[in-house]
Amino acid sequence: MARLTEDNVRLAKEIIGRYPRPRSAMIPLLHLAQQQDGYVTNEAMVHIGELVGTTSAEVYGTASFYEMFKFEPVGKYLVNICGTMSCALMGSEELMHHAEHKLGVKAGGTTSDGMFTLEHAECQAACTEAPCLQVNYRYRFRVTPESFDSLIDDLSAGRLTAEIPDHGTVAKVLQHIPADRGVGAVPPESVTEAPAWLDGKAAL
Amino acid sequence: MSGTYAHAPGFIAGDRPKIVTSRFEYEDSYTLQRYLATDGYQGLRAALGRAANEVHDEVRSATVLGRGGAGFPAGTKWGLTPQGVYPRYLVVNGDESEPGTYKDRLLMERDPHQLIEGCLIACYAAGLSQCFLYIRGEMALAQERVAAALNDAYAAGYVGKNILGSKFSVDIVLHWGAGAYVVGEETALIESLEGNRGMPRLKPPYFPAAIGLYGQPTIVNNVETLANLPWLMLNGAEAYTAIGTKTSPGTRMVAVSGHVNRPGVYEIINGITTFRDLLYKEEFCGGIRNGNQLKAFVPGGGSAPWFTEDQLDIPFEGPQAGAAGSMLGSGAVMVMDETTDIPAAALTLTRFYAHESCGKCTPCREGGTWLERILSRVVDGKGTMADLDQLIEVGTSICPGDFPHASNAKLGISAVPFPYKMNTICFVGPSAYAPVNSALVLFREEFEAKIVKRNTIPVTAVGVAS
Repeated sequence: MARLTEDNVRLAKEIIGRYPRPRSAMIPLLHLAQQQDGYVTNEAMVHIGELVGTTSAEVYGTASFYEMFKFEPVGKYLVNICGTMSCALMGSEELMHHAEHKLGVKAGGTTSDGMFTLEHAECQAACTEAPCLQVNYRYRFRVTPESFDSLIDDLSAGRLTAEIPDHGTVAKVLQHIPADRGVGAVPPESVTEAPAWLDGKAAL
Repeated sequence: MSGTYAHAPGFIAGDRPKIVTSRFEYEDSYTLQRYLATDGYQGLRAALGRAANEVHDEVRSATVLGRGGAGFPAGTKWGLTPQGVYPRYLVVNGDESEPGTYKDRLLMERDPHQLIEGCLIACYAAGLSQCFLYIRGEMALAQERVAAALNDAYAAGYVGKNILGSKFSVDIVLHWGAGAYVVGEETALIESLEGNRGMPRLKPPYFPAAIGLYGQPTIVNNVETLANLPWLMLNGAEAYTAIGTKTSPGTRMVAVSGHVNRPGVYEIINGITTFRDLLYKEEFCGGIRNGNQLKAFVPGGGSAPWFTEDQLDIPFEGPQAGAAGSMLGSGAVMVMDETTDIPAAALTLTRFYAHESCGKCTPCREGGTWLERILSRVVDGKGTMADLDQLIEVGTSICPGDFPHASNAKLGISAVPFPYKMNTICFVGPSAYAPVNSALVLFREEFEAKIVKRNTIPVTAVGVAS
């Protein structure tokens, strides 16, 4: 339950600086907040509103539209089993039943030890590798009941922490634009002229 | 195919031409080192050696069709920006979520520099002063690979200020999505990029090229579309149009999933490769699993009306697929064999679109939900014959008039060509109805069987004969 940490504020300001308007950074900042606390807290949304110049209600208005943002704690591992056509054709409904049995929760539920939240997901763009699932948005392909069980056992035993970070960590590599290389963002109203290279001549 | 393009990168002699997947065979295909060793950033260098409008003309004459779904030529799209209005932006649509589709994810994960180079060529040609690369939130690896590639490309002088020491300067900003199918619609993508709920904008204006991001001229291009540009710049429009047909030149990536022996993503030749080639040839999917019969297939992503064996000889050519009652869409084929429970299969798609409705248009918000509820009831063996009429009535409230469908010789029906009329501002609502309509037109007896026999096979039986 926290505002963004000093490190995250620094990162947030770097991200905001890339956009012609600060509000465009809202979704990336919400990801930072979720990475920090595992879910998006009210305090973080107030803080994001201050950083991008909107009310916290507007931040919540945007955040609540998107599936990935959670507003209460979820398991350390969010297990999303795809149920759209290609996966359904290859047995994802059976996989979901198996997963519910293995974890002892229904889809949408979290195990009592807070380790796993199980969700029914829509198409995850791995249709030829059906049925597929994601754990904290890291793929597992052609999942069988047996491979599901060993995945859960490995996660429980902490054997996959290097590959699969805790819920909220979206990308382990972030973009950084070096100060001496970046062009920099300016508000659209302060640009009136055509870019320099549109002068009818080759750039090189 | 042999000889003519043996010099071209990506073309393996005696094999199919590869324009966008040429580096996929390398383990380290995503690194700058590999990219530079395989003609990387040479297309950019070639482009910068010419005036921007010449580069634009080259792309226009190559007729690079948009690979996101609508198939609108990129060069023409770039030309829709109003004269003298700046700044102009490039927004890259990497929010790939159409059921069955995942070519863009592969292009971002396996060859991120090719995409970056494509973005740079587009920005140069169309005078776009900043690029936003919007990647679907759930694609963690793609985000990591593109972020790492951008960091390397900035450090090496390929992106940012005075690219390759020239007067061309542009930033590429990686932007993260957060899970919403509808954001793949280009005006919704722009709303999302402005920090709003990702709801499509009212039309007109029809093209963000006129009024887009922050009200400025904005080009929204799909990942695969842009990935074609480095090859095109290096080899020229003539080489590009020599592959495929006049109206559908080049190649395209198609993901084939479901009941085939070798599901996968294949780079096929536009306008020439047919669905029969793709599903049955050994170099592609190698036939239906277990020697089973083909029952139906979705030819262009979950939104597309279904085809059956009657349409197998149609090539990947937009107008031909349209005349036959469907579309090529986003390059995704989902195959159902004879064991498939058709109403249950249709439900998995309708449920998807009902779930993904943003709620802005009533016919979609209400209609999608009702289609899902009624269809669920039928699939669960609790439906009535009146439910089938109700499905059509709800569908007609989303899309008035005859909904496109394929012809069928056995049933003695002829095709209703694409596209449909719609009472919504985007394609999510019609897409909820497309699978229902196709399934009802082509396989009505399966719905009736569920009703008459009180067939209570649960949804779990997709893929199992009922």
